Amino acid sequence: MLRLEKRPTPSKFWLYATPPVAVVLTMIAGGILFALMGTNPFEVIRTIFWDPLFGEFAFYLRGQLLVKAGPLILIAIGLALGFRAGIWNIGAEGQYIIGAIFGAAVGLAVFPTESRWIFPVMIVAGAFGGWVWAMIPAILKTRFNTNEILVSLMLVYVAETILAKASTGFLKNPEGMGFPGSRNFSSYPAAQNAFLYEPLGLHWGGVAALVTAVLAYILLTRHQAGFQIRLAGQAPRAARFHGVSPARLVVLCMGLSGALAGLAGMFEVTGPAGQISIDFNTGYGFTAIIVAFLGRLNPLGIVLAGFILALTYVGGEMASTSLGLPDAAIQVFQGMLLFFLLAVDVLTNYRFRLAVGAH
Amino acid sequence: MDFFGGINPVILIATLMASAVPILLAALGEAVVERSGVLNLGVEGMMIIGALGGFVVAVETGSPVIGFFGGAVAGALLSLIFATLTQVFLANQVATGLALTLFGLGVSSLGGQGYNGIKPPATGQLLPDALADLPVVGPILFGHDWVVYFSIAMTAVLWWVLKSTRVGLIIRAVGESHEAAHALGYKVNRIRLMCIAFGGAMAGMGGAYISLARVPQWVDGITAGAGWIALAIVVFASWKPWRVLIGAYLFGGITVLQLNLQVAGSGIPVEYLSMAPYLITILVLVIMSAGRKANGAPAALGQNFHASR
Amino acid sequence: MKRRNLLAGAVTGLLLASGASFAQGMDKVKACFVYVGPIGDGGWTYQHHQGALAVQEAFGDKVEIQYQENVPEGADAERVLTQMALGGCNIIFTTSFGFMDATNAVAAKFPDVKFEHATGYKREHPNVSTYNARFYEGRAVQGHIAGRMTKTNKIGYIASFPIPEVIMGINSYFLHARKVNPDVELSIVWAFTWFDPAKEADAAKALIDQGVDVIASHTDSTAPLAEAAKTEGRVIGFGQASDMAIPEYMPTPRVSSIIDNWAPYYVKRVGQLLDGTYAQTDSWEGIAAGEVEIGTITEAVPAEVKAEAEAMRDAIAAGTYHPFTGPINKQDGSPWLAEGAIAPDSDLLGMNFYVEGIVGDIPQ
Repeated sequence: MLRLEKRPTPSKFWLYATPPVAVVLTMIAGGILFALMGTNPFEVIRTIFWDPLFGEFAFYLRGQLLVKAGPLILIAIGLALGFRAGIWNIGAEGQYIIGAIFGAAVGLAVFPTESRWIFPVMIVAGAFGGWVWAMIPAILKTRFNTNEILVSLMLVYVAETILAKASTGFLKNPEGMGFPGSRNFSSYPAAQNAFLYEPLGLHWGGVAALVTAVLAYILLTRHQAGFQIRLAGQAPRAARFHGVSPARLVVLCMGLSGALAGLAGMFEVTGPAGQISIDFNTGYGFTAIIVAFLGRLNPLGIVLAGFILALTYVGGEMASTSLGLPDAAIQVFQGMLLFFLLAVDVLTNYRFRLAVGAH
Repeated sequence: MDFFGGINPVILIATLMASAVPILLAALGEAVVERSGVLNLGVEGMMIIGALGGFVVAVETGSPVIGFFGGAVAGALLSLIFATLTQVFLANQVATGLALTLFGLGVSSLGGQGYNGIKPPATGQLLPDALADLPVVGPILFGHDWVVYFSIAMTAVLWWVLKSTRVGLIIRAVGESHEAAHALGYKVNRIRLMCIAFGGAMAGMGGAYISLARVPQWVDGITAGAGWIALAIVVFASWKPWRVLIGAYLFGGITVLQLNLQVAGSGIPVEYLSMAPYLITILVLVIMSAGRKANGAPAALGQNFHASR
Repeated sequence: MKRRNLLAGAVTGLLLASGASFAQGMDKVKACFVYVGPIGDGGWTYQHHQGALAVQEAFGDKVEIQYQENVPEGADAERVLTQMALGGCNIIFTTSFGFMDATNAVAAKFPDVKFEHATGYKREHPNVSTYNARFYEGRAVQGHIAGRMTKTNKIGYIASFPIPEVIMGINSYFLHARKVNPDVELSIVWAFTWFDPAKEADAAKALIDQGVDVIASHTDSTAPLAEAAKTEGRVIGFGQASDMAIPEYMPTPRVSSIIDNWAPYYVKRVGQLLDGTYAQTDSWEGIAAGEVEIGTITEAVPAEVKAEAEAMRDAIAAGTYHPFTGPINKQDGSPWLAEGAIAPDSDLLGMNFYVEGIVGDIPQ
């Protein structure tokens, strides 16, 4: 019988080899699924993984990868800091929504200004909005020891109601014929998060995501706060002896992840999404949790994971449109990819040994 | 008996008992899973697979009772993917659970093609009308289908099992300290695997209640987030079965009440009413957790175990 | 507008290569559909997909159909639309209000592709048309049935979001119920969702528990009907978006339905593209054009009421009756339409007030 044995040190080889192995396994399992559904599995796999990068329309789709990955990375990095410290913010979706509303509200309040200061102010407002929304579970946690998982999750639903109210009420486009939704930022240049370089899909949100990844990496490896975060997660008792204040850490981690989620929302609403609308949020806050873990809670890993997930979204859409696959098949395929990525990860820290006898 | 115009509290209570069943069943299952130290965030995925599985089995066999077991089996099967990944491959539980939801939603949508627009066999009232028509106690105590009673019975059974039996002791031991449990000779991962399958079965039944009794229909995405509420209620209840029941009824009650207040024309702005279930849940949680040192979470919650010896 | 130019430059080559001229008609059309939900939703998206299938049926080999389900609004919609346009779609139907800005943005980059946006009002480019259906005509017929059928004089409406489309439906439903039954009262439940079967069932239950015996819904699932079915004929309701003619729900609780029938419009527009008569439009058709259908009125409705309802349907179809004909006052009593005046479309499209007699406030 096979049994697992812990490696003395994590395997460098498998650290880098697991993602490609998982992708290959997914292609095989997914291929079988697609074949069962009566499509040509090779064509589907090529459409998902190859076409967005090198296919006929790659000139457009390559840019879309960053558009899709940007918010995921930005949110996931914030979450990863908390997860490392054992602080479970799973309400990033709500912080994303509130950040978007704050950012958009500031911009729309002074419509139609041409001041170039408005966009930076909106950025601050967006981050502030996310921070405020994350502070609710943080303060309830530190003051009343209330579980942050539950509170942050519940606040997602509250945020969604506020979003509906914003799009049908206080942020509704006065020239929108009574329809829900705010003004579109694409016709409000001073406040718009336009593409800086379209072929790469680069807007300020993408810049923020990549810069944040580097900063977070430095924070975690070089900075005292990063050390405290890691220590609190790995050895909470030892952390306390080292003078790490759990309350301060909760406020710091929740605040950071909230602010980053709020930023992501703000960049999305003023850029790719363009406006506040009832269905503005599309689950980035939840998907980012997966991205954070796929990236092994490491900022650079998260960047990679964000792009892999974005690829399956963009490529999956292509496969769905052009090959007539149901959208659900793509969801199943994404689920498989995540399963395999998570499963083969075991090889980094463990190896399989043929067990002789009972033990 | 009426207040706020047309709202009848007896009917309100009877209604909330039925509408809380899906989240109650799923949350009870998840409470056991978490007591054993495993955090499975895939409740939504298991519920919707159960909703489909239950619906298909009920329609094909013509028996809603067999349907509920079909839902339980479907939920348990899906949960075994989670169990394999986390207990054998030691994958991260949070990420695996979220992936499970994604996978479950996709599979249910694929598998449900061809089952739209069918009415499943009805799950009716269990007890005779003579009892159900009694004033006040009739609708509340006797007017329900069997699953409502089952969900309350399960609450009692799980409370007893976790508190007073050897099985419960082992589950709690595994959840509090897997190292110690292992040292005592318990197979930590095997016990957890069984708890996960049980949780899957309960979530599956909860889902089946939506598609067989509460809606009753099969449509894509029918659970519409009930699994997330179930997860929240487990934490809310500090992992205690009776509190799970209170939490589910409270949440179900506020949801039903806010809709009733709208119908009755209470004049309270609708958007505040629709936020109410979530805000009140937070408020109650704060009150309950204030002043207590620990929140009662199983100490090993979310951590994987690997026997090094 | 920098970003548009860049992309336009990149794709011009592709478009020149295809170079078809629409004025002369086309031999083959690739018609593409963007859906907001899954085609298995049994309501809104399902009906649009039926329309797409009707196009295939009508033109056979001369059309190719492509579609994408579950498309979120905003950036994702823009990408799907761009992919479709790049992929050779000649005409793209975007079937949800939330796709409005994305449709116009992508249309700017692909002047030779025709875009058709459902339920919106923006036509910023000559290749963008809009289309919608006068659902309120169907609501008038439902209101009439509701007013005549209710025994408790309490009728209900499960509403989704406070937008003109929904408010128009509520007003039309109420006006026509009141017209035949001055004692009727309307209870409105805002579900704040388009689709959540369990919540819709709860909303229906709340209405029923408080004595409502006729329920209309503006959410997409069959859950309210299923809830009404549990009352053994005491409560009736209507199919919404699709016919919802589930045998077990007939003759009651489903006594009739409003069917969104997009097939005539889709077939017409693709046909025009094929024969070269296509032009930009703003289409808002109703019962007359077959876009809004009244599903079979079952025998649970007395013959007399059924005849009245059908007469109203036919009068609307013939153009002799408009559901919003004065005198109609607003909720606060101020006059909206004078005696005999017909509501201008612009008033309807931006409707943000209840008519006189409805109790409660529109959520703001």
